[in-house]
Formats: sequence, C-alpha cells, structure tokens
Amino acid sequence: MDTDQLIRTLAADNTHQARPVGFALMLALLAAAPVSLLMFFTELGVRPDVMIAMRNPFFDLKFAVTLALAIAAIAVSLHLSRPEASLRGFGWLLLAPVGILTAAIGGEMMMPQRLPMMTRMVGKNSWTCLTAIPLMSLPILAGALIGLRHGAPARPAIAGAIAGLLSAGLAATLYASHCTDDSPLFVAAWYTIATALVAAIGALAGAKLLRY
Amino acid sequence: MRERDDEWTGLMRSAIAGDSAAYHRLLKAVSPVLRAAARRGLARAGQSIDQSEDIVQDILLAVHLKRHTWDVSAPFAPWLFAIARNKLIDALRRRGRRIFVDIDDFAETLPGEAPAETASASEVAAQLQTLPARQRDVLQSIAVDSASIKDTAAKFSMTEGAVRVALHRGLASLTAKLREQ
Repeated sequence: MDTDQLIRTLAADNTHQARPVGFALMLALLAAAPVSLLMFFTELGVRPDVMIAMRNPFFDLKFAVTLALAIAAIAVSLHLSRPEASLRGFGWLLLAPVGILTAAIGGEMMMPQRLPMMTRMVGKNSWTCLTAIPLMSLPILAGALIGLRHGAPARPAIAGAIAGLLSAGLAATLYASHCTDDSPLFVAAWYTIATALVAAIGALAGAKLLRY
Repeated sequence: MRERDDEWTGLMRSAIAGDSAAYHRLLKAVSPVLRAAARRGLARAGQSIDQSEDIVQDILLAVHLKRHTWDVSAPFAPWLFAIARNKLIDALRRRGRRIFVDIDDFAETLPGEAPAETASASEVAAQLQTLPARQRDVLQSIAVDSASIKDTAAKFSMTEGAVRVALHRGLASLTAKLREQ
C-alpha cells in the first residue's frame, strides 16, 4: 500500500471520532471501582468507631492526603496522555499530598502526645496497610491503564507510574477509613511504601501497555 | 514556517469538525515533511533510507488514531512532531539502535527540500494480509481500488455503517500489529 492510498483510507475514516481520554479514563475507573470496593467491604470494612474518629483531625487529614494524591495524579495522567506533554509545569501538583502530610506531621509534633514518636510511626497495622493498599489498587490500576491507552503519552513508563499513584491514592482513601493508625507519621511511612510499590508496578505495566 | 503551521492547524480544526477533504489535504501536506525527517533520522543513525516510507505510514496511522489527544486550541505542528519523533525513535530502536532524535529534524524541514517521489513501503501491506478477511477486503477496496464507503458497502453487500466499523477496526488492529512486530 503506498502512502497516498493510506492517506485516502485514513481520510475515509475521518467520520470516526474518538472520545477524549478523560472520558475513557472515567468510564474505566467507574468500571474498576466496584471490584476494589468489594474487596474492601468483604475483607476490611470501615472501622467501628468511625463516628468518633471523624472528630479527630488527624483521621480526617489521612483523607486529605490520599484524595489530594488521587486528584493530582488524575490531572497529571490526563495531561501526560498528550504526545507533546511533559511533567514540567504539571509535576508540582504531585507535591500537594506531600505538603499536606508535612504540615500534618508538623501539627502533630506541636501537640502533646501520649505515645512516643516511634510507636506512632510503627503503629499496629503496618502489614495490613502494606498489603491492603496495593491489592485494592490493582483493579483500579488495571482500569486506569485501560482508560489511558486511549491517550498517547511520550513516556509510557512515567505515565504508568502516575497511573499507579492515582490508583494507590484511591485505594488508600478506602484503607484510611479502616485503619486505626491516624498519626501522620504512620501515613508518611507505610502509605508511602505501599504507594511507591503500586507506582513501580504501574511503571512496569505502563511501559508495555501505554505505548502507542 | 509560521504560515505553514497556521495552515495545518486550520486544516486539522476543520478535519476534527468533520471535513474529510480538509483532513485529506492536511495528511498530504504533512507527508513530505515527515518523509524528509524520517530519511534524515535514518541517515544519521547510519541506516538505509529505504525504510523511511514505513516510518511515514507508521506516523500517519498514529496521527489518525490519536488525533483526539490534540487540543483544538493549540497549534498542530508541535503535536504532530511529538508523535513523529516518538515513532521515529521506536523505528530506530526496533532496528537495534538507540539514537537521539532532534525535534528540529521536523521543525526545520523546508518544504522544497522534500523529495516528491514516495519510496515503497512494505510493513503496512504485509500486516494487511494478517487482518480478518472482512477488514482486509474493506481496507483494500478503499485504499487500493479507491472505492467510496458507499461503493464498498454495495460491493460486499454490507451496510455503510458496517463498512465504517470494519474500516476503523482494520486501521486500529493494523496499528497494533505494527507496534508489536
């Protein structure tokens, strides 16, 4: 087939107009979310004292951190789905959850505490945290990658890593409502390790799946 | 250069709005620029420029299938060259060389510089043979026999909608096969 023939064929297909990447990502996330929710409610569930916990600002701050991560990662993912886009100018969005977490740690430092720092950081649920967040992330990550395949990222591995951050942020939001460790130090240690693991899986998968 | 870019942007906007003739003109207009850049990239990597037409077709397919990622309020050329650069790097890598491709390879191409004749391309044609029969027939009818969607529908006693679906699926799977080869 010579190039003129190919061009004629492409022009004939111009009537087919694809939906924007944001639409595909949203559909894929909506399809994947029930799987993670099912995992959450069958295996973990919301902590029983949630009504009291909500009065603790450090319990609420966990959601601020995880949702800031998820929202920033969604925005960066959509930006990176364009072939000419780079992280420059958008990457700073990902610092939002880090900033909130740092402020929360500072806040906790200034308050009198019953438990020593190390005890608060090590917590009681580190192992659950390290397994539950990645496991609940996987369906969301699969959905995010399927949605982002509609895009054309210049760096598929980086786009995949951001998709990993996105799914870890959403999974961690679920997990935060189960976990009784509310110290920002616990979040900074274990949530971060769990998130980094999912980002690494996302990078590996993205390098294969997000090439266009 | 500026005028050329503005013209491309205008044509692409019309294309997205549904004007297939504008789209055809745009793809015709960008091809020589892509071809010159592909040749230069291959030459710099010390490879035969015989494969340049395969790269051009690869780029055109990606442009087609990813055109929804172009922001209609942005200029078209940077988006096009980003895809072209990506595809050229892929092609060189597939042939075993990692090479730095300068974005200026594309941006600085002068219109008169591009050779008019098209070299032969074999990859798309080869992958075409591996498609399901219906998709292959439709693609061949439109590409090789220059039949319209309507004529193709009549020839294979399909509806026009079914021809359009087969055409789009054929192009999408052709691209997937080229990527995985």
